Amino acid sequence: MADQKDILDLYFLDARARLIDIAAFLDRVDRADGGTDFRHDAFRRALKALESGQADRAEKVLLAFSDPTDEPIPKAITKAACGAWPGADND
Amino acid sequence: MRYIEPHGHMVSRTTDDYRAMAMAGCQAVCEPAFWAGFDRSSAQGFYDYFCQLTQHEPRRASMFGLPHYTWLCINPKESEDLALADEVLAIIPEFMDSSNVLGIGEIGLNKNSRNEMTVLEKHIDLAGSSDQLILVHTPHLEDKRKGTRLILDVLKSDSRIRPERCIIDHVEEHTVKMVLDDGFWAGMTLYPETKCTANRAIDILEVYGNERIWMNSACDWGISVPLAVPQAVQEMKRRGNDAQYIDKVVYQNPIEFMSQSPRFTRPEGL
Repeated sequence: MADQKDILDLYFLDARARLIDIAAFLDRVDRADGGTDFRHDAFRRALKALESGQADRAEKVLLAFSDPTDEPIPKAITKAACGAWPGADND
Repeated sequence: MRYIEPHGHMVSRTTDDYRAMAMAGCQAVCEPAFWAGFDRSSAQGFYDYFCQLTQHEPRRASMFGLPHYTWLCINPKESEDLALADEVLAIIPEFMDSSNVLGIGEIGLNKNSRNEMTVLEKHIDLAGSSDQLILVHTPHLEDKRKGTRLILDVLKSDSRIRPERCIIDHVEEHTVKMVLDDGFWAGMTLYPETKCTANRAIDILEVYGNERIWMNSACDWGISVPLAVPQAVQEMKRRGNDAQYIDKVVYQNPIEFMSQSPRFTRPEGL
């Protein structure tokens, strides 16, 4: 298995570029007019998962966007998923 | 490097894609029934689709030396209409004896609704009553965690269903553990934006091991890459995985699972 230096050699530049893209995305949202919605809130929550010192950040990020409830919804009114749970009142 | 594409919606792809896959080392393609991108207006539309999957598409794949297998169902995206679902479920048995049908799939949930659950249970009953393999679609994005849990619970509640005969597809970091811990197979779908990237799939293999797990492209009419599996193989080599390890994930594991159907033939046995 690759050591930490190997992983940095392989993926640092790619991860750096993706991180800058995320920063630029947040800047873009801030520059725009109007209000954000639940997706922006979920995104900010997910960013906090990156600060964890545990090697389960990807799982934590996914859970930050996930529906935490356990019961089926009464009826599907759309086929699409938007990437973040809108909350029980908006499901 | 040889590989099997265990989940590709080839009716949505071009003949050039078949050629590219064969040239990249593909040895067989497996095509679960899927949503067309629009709702079919009647069960007759599904009848024609099942004819396409069992008769026409195997001929197209054979032009490039590729065995073509399929799975039948009404997709969860079309499960909200219970009357239509019942009509489609009634015609599936007519096709189950076709020579390239491996089982029932891709069944599952999309928005985790009550009607989707009802149709899922009916598919599971059909599979259980005829001892068919099952291929499961898990929901997208924010709905995946909850839907995966609901699906596993309903599968486990039917005593006829053996987890080792079910593949739970589209797992990610937050669902793979529950799938493997319950004894099911897990599929990782390599998509450019949603589901797994190649690097994340390789990470999951490092954390959870390479038993009862495979990779697929799930290429369809949307943003997807028919060569995603061989591209992931390239990344596995870059990561330092040896040829035997890679071969198990992309070739031997799909064979091990699908050989549970008597209709599946190991590619080297053809």
